[in-house]
Amino acid sequence: MTLAEFWFVLVGFLFAGYFLLEGFDFGVGMLLPVLGRDDTGRRVMINTIGPVWDMNETWLIVAGASLFAAFPYWYATLFSGFYLPLLLILVALILRGVAFEYRGKVDDPVWRQRWDIAIVAGSVVPALLWGVAFANILRGVPINANGDFTGNLFTLLNPYGLLGGLATVVLFATYGAIFVALKTVGDIRYEARALAAKIGVVAVVLGAGFLVWTQLQHGDLGSLVLSVLTAVALVAGLAANAREREGWAFGLVAAAVVGLVATLFVALFPDVMPSTTDPAYSLTVENASSTPKTLAVMSWIAAFGLPVVLLYQGWTYWVFRKRIGRHSIPTSPQHGATPVARS
Amino acid sequence: MDALDLARWQFGIVTVYHFLFVPLTIGLSFLVALMQTAWYRTGDPKFLKMTKFWGKLFLINFAMGVVTGIVQEFQFGMNWSAYSRFVGDVFGAPLAIEALVAFFLEATFIGLWIFGWDRLPKGIHLVCIWLVAISTNLSAFFILAANSWMQHPVGFEINPERGRAELTSLWAVLNNSTNQVAYPHVATAAFLTAAAFIIGISAWHLYRRQHTEVMRESMKMGFVVALIFGVGVTVSGDLQAKVMTEQQPMKMAAAEAIWDSQAPASFSVFSVGTPDGKSELFSVRVPYLLSFMATGDPNGEVEGIRDIQRESEEQFGPGDYRPIIPVTYWTFRYMIGFGIVTAALALLGLIMMRGGRNPAEKRWFYLAALWTIPFPLIANSFGWVFTEMGRQPWVVYSQMFTADGVSPLVGPWTVATSLTVLTLLYLVLAVVEVGLIVRYVKAGPPEDDASGPIESPERDAGAGTDEGDRPLTFAY
Repeated sequence: MTLAEFWFVLVGFLFAGYFLLEGFDFGVGMLLPVLGRDDTGRRVMINTIGPVWDMNETWLIVAGASLFAAFPYWYATLFSGFYLPLLLILVALILRGVAFEYRGKVDDPVWRQRWDIAIVAGSVVPALLWGVAFANILRGVPINANGDFTGNLFTLLNPYGLLGGLATVVLFATYGAIFVALKTVGDIRYEARALAAKIGVVAVVLGAGFLVWTQLQHGDLGSLVLSVLTAVALVAGLAANAREREGWAFGLVAAAVVGLVATLFVALFPDVMPSTTDPAYSLTVENASSTPKTLAVMSWIAAFGLPVVLLYQGWTYWVFRKRIGRHSIPTSPQHGATPVARS
Repeated sequence: MDALDLARWQFGIVTVYHFLFVPLTIGLSFLVALMQTAWYRTGDPKFLKMTKFWGKLFLINFAMGVVTGIVQEFQFGMNWSAYSRFVGDVFGAPLAIEALVAFFLEATFIGLWIFGWDRLPKGIHLVCIWLVAISTNLSAFFILAANSWMQHPVGFEINPERGRAELTSLWAVLNNSTNQVAYPHVATAAFLTAAAFIIGISAWHLYRRQHTEVMRESMKMGFVVALIFGVGVTVSGDLQAKVMTEQQPMKMAAAEAIWDSQAPASFSVFSVGTPDGKSELFSVRVPYLLSFMATGDPNGEVEGIRDIQRESEEQFGPGDYRPIIPVTYWTFRYMIGFGIVTAALALLGLIMMRGGRNPAEKRWFYLAALWTIPFPLIANSFGWVFTEMGRQPWVVYSQMFTADGVSPLVGPWTVATSLTVLTLLYLVLAVVEVGLIVRYVKAGPPEDDASGPIESPERDAGAGTDEGDRPLTFAY
């Protein structure tokens, strides 16, 4: 394995980590108005991810920065080419992040309602667009000899890309519902479980459709094995959900999310961004990567840094391992959230 | 306007905006950590109230810094793809290290700190805020290493075949002499910013004679920190000026709008010139000061813009190597001026505080303290505008022109859309953020220990195994 190939795997690992973690955050956000029928219910949902959403989202920053450092040509073509979808993702993530932090800061239903909209939109939009983006990376886009994307927004909105986007939205919604079932007590837990069973069926249909299409158009033996495992994990996760085994359900759907990312990366290799204009213009692991010198230095840093990160993030999940419910939400608004009389 | 101008405006707007929140995050994280340490060691509830009050304001600010930071990383690729391809092999490394080492640490332990009250042992909870404080500084160090490479590229060689800069030594990049002065300057400025924030807000309460115990302690802390770091920012800025004169002589000449080489050179506090900025009608000058700032010798020669332009043409070929002189001239002065006023206020306040007196009782002092809150923010912004505009026409000094770094096929309408959307979004969020800060400032610190049990939680029929659980001390 060359260093560039190692970094292809590592970038895949970082994106898989990102969707593994933020995938259920997106799901929780999307389902806010569905499962959280009153303010306390919504607060229960938000607080299941409260302590961890920021670190989950940081996986995107790390994945993006690693892409820049390890595959500058990939980073440059992808980000300048997929400009408007990325802009929308940025706006969504900004609104969503601020919403978590600010929603409870003023005790006013209108205020909270506005931030709820931001959370829902801020979760649906990136879940959809990341699916569209990754499907299009694999499908190939028009890239010229200079490595620049020559299409426009509508180039990306092709049936395969849109199916990829819908599949990720529904998959993350299912994943989020199962996460809520795993992390809560009370009615919401049972409702989340029931909801996961329903949207899980849609996720299986769309996911299977997307995987089959991927396999037929871009697949090889490796991606075939991975797509089968992904599909099996998803179905098994839903079966576990039906049998009220929440831990298993969560673990298996999480495996399906990772499996999906792995399938796409394996099918993509050795390209990183195939060109539909001329295969000679395709960006590949070798021609898009940084020098072995840079990759070697970065490998050492990742080798020492990542295990530590995994340890303290694992510990964080352990600290916040307890289920929460309506009783966990303080009924009095936090100090300062209600208007104060001038003294 | 073409895509290049729009992309530059966007970079300027989103970066300056991001950097309104970052210095407060860097400075306040340390100061809140110090407050919590004081509480941990003494058990005095005064310090707990301080931690909670300033901690809450810190978090309102922190959220904005986090979310606007994502734009920073994305826009290199979006608007500056040619730049990204040229520098990625070198410039990407400090960015990736920043993300892996600093951002993960910061994002994880901030969550633990926010939600960890009463759930973590006190000592470990204290460690969390310290790790956040350390990570904010690590982050500043790595991002400034990346920026310093743009100011003074080292540790690389050009591969003419690939048309890119390739790393030869990461150590040289991280140990860049430019960063050795840039990082201390930015970090000390961040503390000054946080101190001014604390001083102004404590003065607001002290003028109203409320929460006096907490606010007096806070104000004293603000004065001391502002004074120490006011000196620090001056010294580091002075060192930086000398490094800049050596590495980017045009920037220093442009900072002073000095057209012809001079020895000794005086520093003009302000000047009125002809509209084209090329000749001066009136100015107030401090003799020898510029020579000293630039070279360390009061009689040292400071090169003029015309000479450097001629030398640059000899070195790099024909072209205009001058930044926009009125911008560099005035931003340099505003940066220094707003910084000095902030430190001076702290010195004055500390003197007035002697013998247990309350300087904020005096209306003029209270108003001055309140109005000084934005001064370091303005100074920081002008400092960045100065150092980035002063490097023009280069994006990587001596290696790549800004005009060559822009994404070749991203059209002006696309950039205009993103510029408009982000600017409007940022404006709305600024209003919301300032509104929240004001609300929480007015609310003041909690009257009693907020970490006690909360009354009348709603009981949950399905609570089952968790029946005995208390409500969360903190919940979103």
